[in-house]
Amino acid sequence: MASGFIVRKNRYYDSVFLMGVDRRLSQLPGVRQTAVLMASENNKRFLAEMGIRGAELDAAQADDLIVAVIADRPKLVEQVLGNLLDEALMSLETSTRVSDLRTLEEGLRAAPTANLAVLTIPGEYVDREAQAALESGLNLFIFSSNVPLEAERKLKQFASERKLLVMGPDCGTSILNGVGVGFANVVRRGSIGVIGSSGTGLQEFTCQIHNAGHGISQAIGTGSHDLSDEIGGITTFMALDALESDPPSEVIAIIGKPPGSETLKRLVSRLEASSKPIVACLLGRPADEGATRGNVHWVRTIDAAVQAAIQLPTLQANPLGDLLSAEQLELAKDLRTARTSNQRYLRGLFAGGTFCYQSQLILAEAGLTVYSNAPLEKEFKLTDPNRSQEHTLIDMGDEVFTLGRPHPMIDGTLRRQRVLAEYSDPSVAVLLLDFILGFNAAMDPVGEILEAIIEGKRRRQKLTGQPTVVASICGTEGDAQDLSLQSKLLREAGVCLFNSNAKAAAFCSELLKDA
Amino acid sequence: MSGKIDEILRESLVVINLGLKGFADNLEQQQVEVVQVDWVPPAGGDQEMIDLLKDLM
Repeated sequence: MASGFIVRKNRYYDSVFLMGVDRRLSQLPGVRQTAVLMASENNKRFLAEMGIRGAELDAAQADDLIVAVIADRPKLVEQVLGNLLDEALMSLETSTRVSDLRTLEEGLRAAPTANLAVLTIPGEYVDREAQAALESGLNLFIFSSNVPLEAERKLKQFASERKLLVMGPDCGTSILNGVGVGFANVVRRGSIGVIGSSGTGLQEFTCQIHNAGHGISQAIGTGSHDLSDEIGGITTFMALDALESDPPSEVIAIIGKPPGSETLKRLVSRLEASSKPIVACLLGRPADEGATRGNVHWVRTIDAAVQAAIQLPTLQANPLGDLLSAEQLELAKDLRTARTSNQRYLRGLFAGGTFCYQSQLILAEAGLTVYSNAPLEKEFKLTDPNRSQEHTLIDMGDEVFTLGRPHPMIDGTLRRQRVLAEYSDPSVAVLLLDFILGFNAAMDPVGEILEAIIEGKRRRQKLTGQPTVVASICGTEGDAQDLSLQSKLLREAGVCLFNSNAKAAAFCSELLKDA
Repeated sequence: MSGKIDEILRESLVVINLGLKGFADNLEQQQVEVVQVDWVPPAGGDQEMIDLLKDLM
């Protein structure tokens, strides 16, 4: 085995471009591992963990490109870091659009009427660029994560004084006046407005509304930390004001993880004073499914939020038990009896953080103890996120998996590897997955993972007992990935497929009864 | 609510996209006016230099 690296000074590329180069190099025969990264401090730490070290690396700066490779032979390492790298860079550079503009100021000169800046730059640079954008009167959509909470609070306070909206940091999705920004799906326009601190939560909600024949007026992402007490829901409260005075928004839904306790109190009073009907789904908030107070209807799952938003004001309670049909319950029973005695555990591998979270809630409700890198309770946090124990659900979008890599919704490499690892564990009974379609997501999310499922099945033939694979797809027929084709591929591979994450998780809890 | 928020909820978006080109491509597909900025870290990503520049501005 041989390894090596190269530093190219002043060659800055974005993470998706780097992923393209990485893919080409890692697929070469004889290559074991590759890393194609910008030399940020985080990425240098990642390389050190890979065993790649050197004085030249330490001296490299954030706009320097680093390519590291581990391969069978020293000669191959040399070739990869030489001609093969040049070929990959050249061929991707010619197929990618290029802009002459390098700074926000240049962008503003080119588009003086701009009203929104979209930021996907590394988190450590967000503060400076976002502040400059606000000072120029731009609203913000900040996709970048790893921005300190103090910086987020200051930016949002500054923006609110100027009546500018800051969506993010760590904002995955918005649909503004019919335009999808970030990871959004193609949905019809309609009368339901939604505000969410969770990107995949917003995608699941808007897709289900569309798939049920209804439409979305606006979907406003706030960023995952907005409802923390440090931020105090600044964007959420501004978005509520905006949707209340937005004529097409007849019903307002709010979707997210549980707020901080102080923020929750203020939010509840604000919602109850709303002039429009509200559907509130703050996952993990103490269960009071179907309760209506003031103008607010509280629900526990995204599926129930969709039903409530569509059916208001004549809604009946929709307990979790109703998620599955009689046929699905019967199928779960059959699969349960077909399992071997040592197959006892569920493993869930998620691209969507909210799906990981909602699944844990549904499984906890069924009495199952679940470990996770993003657990409901601290005591169930995995000691090593790379190793599952008993029932385990993994949020593959967690920082430990995205350092120096694009999000799993764009790049399925790590999830593919983890699927194979779970197949080699004979105690695994059920594998739970999510697939997310839409703008900016991978073009064939199912295909990326399916090859690992097929390979896993093949390897497992020698052992008894194949795991049952359960999955949900979040998407619409309007999305470029082709919802029908993606669904067909999964069904043909024997995957039990559901049109919502809540249903897929409820099905898993049925499969695991008496496990 | 009034002012700049209304512009993005009621009028046409005009976007400056800093970073991933795919985000600009997807907005263009939706007939949105977008200016792409191929952003690079200021001062070569040297944090001390960035802070110094910030103080000077």
